[in-house]
Amino acid sequence: MDVVNQLQRQFIDYSASLHREGFLDDQFTQLQKLQDDNSPDFVVEVASLFFEDCEKLINNMARALEQQQGVDFKQVDASVHQLKGSSSSIGAMRVKDVCIAFRSFCEAQNREGCLRCLQQVTHEYSLLKNKLQTLFRLQQQILAAGGSIPVVE
Amino acid sequence: MTVEQIGSEGKDQFPIGMRVLAVDDDPTCLLLLGTLLRRCQYHVTTTSQAKTALKMLRENKNKFDLVISDVHMPDMDGFKLLEHVGLEMDLPVIMLSANGDTKLVMKGITHGACDYLLKPVRIEELQNIWQHVVRRKKKDRCNSGSKDKPHPDSGEAVGIGNVDNNGKLNKKRKDQNEDEDDERDENGHDNEDPSAQKKPRVVWSVELHRKFVAAVNQLGIDKAVPKKILELMNVEKLTRENVASHLQKFRLYLKRISCVANQQANMAAALGTADSAYLRMGSLNGLGNFHTLAGSDQLHNAAFRSFPPSGVLGRLNTPAGLGIRGLPSPGTIQLGHVQNSGNPTNDLSKLQSFVPGNHNTNILQGMPMSLELDRLQHNKSVGHIGELPTTDSTTVFPGSGNLVDARITGFSNNPLLGVTSNSLMLEGSSQQATSHTSVSAIGFQNGNALSDFTSIAPASNQLQDSKAGSQGQASPINCNAGQIIRSAPQEWNAPRKDAPYQSHALINSSIPINSAMIQLGQCLDRNNSIFHRTTDLDLVGPLNFVDPLSIKHGEGDNSIMEPSVIEKEGYLMFQPRPHGSHVPDNIGSLEDLASAMMKQADATVIL
Repeated sequence: MDVVNQLQRQFIDYSASLHREGFLDDQFTQLQKLQDDNSPDFVVEVASLFFEDCEKLINNMARALEQQQGVDFKQVDASVHQLKGSSSSIGAMRVKDVCIAFRSFCEAQNREGCLRCLQQVTHEYSLLKNKLQTLFRLQQQILAAGGSIPVVE
Repeated sequence: MTVEQIGSEGKDQFPIGMRVLAVDDDPTCLLLLGTLLRRCQYHVTTTSQAKTALKMLRENKNKFDLVISDVHMPDMDGFKLLEHVGLEMDLPVIMLSANGDTKLVMKGITHGACDYLLKPVRIEELQNIWQHVVRRKKKDRCNSGSKDKPHPDSGEAVGIGNVDNNGKLNKKRKDQNEDEDDERDENGHDNEDPSAQKKPRVVWSVELHRKFVAAVNQLGIDKAVPKKILELMNVEKLTRENVASHLQKFRLYLKRISCVANQQANMAAALGTADSAYLRMGSLNGLGNFHTLAGSDQLHNAAFRSFPPSGVLGRLNTPAGLGIRGLPSPGTIQLGHVQNSGNPTNDLSKLQSFVPGNHNTNILQGMPMSLELDRLQHNKSVGHIGELPTTDSTTVFPGSGNLVDARITGFSNNPLLGVTSNSLMLEGSSQQATSHTSVSAIGFQNGNALSDFTSIAPASNQLQDSKAGSQGQASPINCNAGQIIRSAPQEWNAPRKDAPYQSHALINSSIPINSAMIQLGQCLDRNNSIFHRTTDLDLVGPLNFVDPLSIKHGEGDNSIMEPSVIEKEGYLMFQPRPHGSHVPDNIGSLEDLASAMMKQADATVIL
């Protein structure tokens, strides 16, 4: 019980910090609320999908931006748009914010700007992935210890 | 979720169990969306491919209640999917996007989306999407039922008199109509406009038509107003509007007949009343139409040209080529006493008979009547539908009840009306067409648009020349009338008085004349089409006819200003038709004609 409580408190604190630092926003909380007995791993599922998607999109963008002949900004923009959509759906706020900036560079057809944003996106994505993995591990530990995941408001 | 679930829960506990199809190429979003929807207790099917979604929808149109789709998808644009669903299945579609640009949202709306949600989508928003299903169902019910619709054709099937040929023709038309109807219906349903409701059609059987003609004869073509006709006919459940619309068609028919009447003097026999009045009526109608059309200009010419010179059509063609262009000289066609007597409203009665002397006895009467009448009916209803003016025009007619004296007067209030009246009236006189002159008098005084019509006169004159032939003057007049009618919409664009009308007219601005012409031509072309067409023309916007067609044709086709609007408009016109048999015919032909005409028009006419 102490262990559970401790873990739970850790979980809450960690969640709060993620929110505070802007890694996650309210949408993530909504996702957590959606998790229930029918779909106990919902959040993890969605997050995994997101990571997969993210990697794919980042690769697409990188490839498009590497084109020496001429960058197809439309394609880059399409990928950024999709990343924006999925990141906002999962609550990955920082990733989403970078996407917003990314899009304006695409519109301006600014290759340098786009490349910079791509770097940022990649960075934010890695950060988030690590953080979420830590969070999920905590969750698992709590569950393993017999506790329940506290709902962070 | 299973079917049982739907069966037991869906209906009773709506919105629980509402069947939603979710389409999004982003797996994260799709999973989230699906989960959220399930949390709302909907029955959810997800797919990341728009093509798959369409396939599923096409497999069974009743499988889903609602579609939610992302805007940006690799295999198909969300808007395209939206259009397809709207057209083919008439299901409510909600668009979803991370991009909330006003432009995009507007695009969604114009393509027919009933809602546009932004990602990340919240469960609260999804909890309310069922309202779109209810709303659409309600609209559908209204559309198909529309018994309480202002516009009359209360769908009573007053028997279907099928006199041999007529029967066959009717059937054929009906079948065609059905197809058209479906399409139209779908489109119509896209229109959220309550006025765009279909009205049930009255089927004019031979018996009924005979009564009608008898009543008209009794009253005298000049005095045959729907109200009186209705009284004389004494048919239960027939409304004045039914009669009015039928009368309109009848007049068109007469007009058309008069063209051919010269060669078929026994038409009268069929009806049993070789009444010159009818003839005049017919001719007047024709005239009226022409004149109206004439005013419209160029396009008409082109349009007419493309029409095969057959009967009225033939006439139309010629004048179109000549007259319309040269419309500017309005004075020529004097509808007898087309007075711009400032008759404030629909003063059809004022319409003078153009046809000074023609008394084609052949007008109508007869058999084709039933067909024609049906068409008329349809046309009438069409005209009335959706458009306020139409209603007005109907009233106009009754009021004037003076086919022969197609005095185009006082179209002040409603350019459309004016035109309509004119057209109708003209139609009547067109048959007589001898002098054509009267046509010009189309009293377009009130509306600017109307004034334009005067220019029609010249056109009508020209039309006369052109006619294909034997018909003599009657034909040209008819053409003119048609032209006039067409031109009317054109003209209206300028004045913009009547927004709705104008929209009709304008919408098809790119196609307008063509459509008008086409429509006109179509009418002429087909036996009964005239009735339809002219009616349509008169009413508002023949354009409408074309519009839907054109709209349908091109998703991206945007000569038309607002596809959705146009569709609407077009469908408005069509609305009444759905039940009828005639309409489809026209529509079909219209389409063909329209395309042909448009090509021609573009080539020949400088719009």
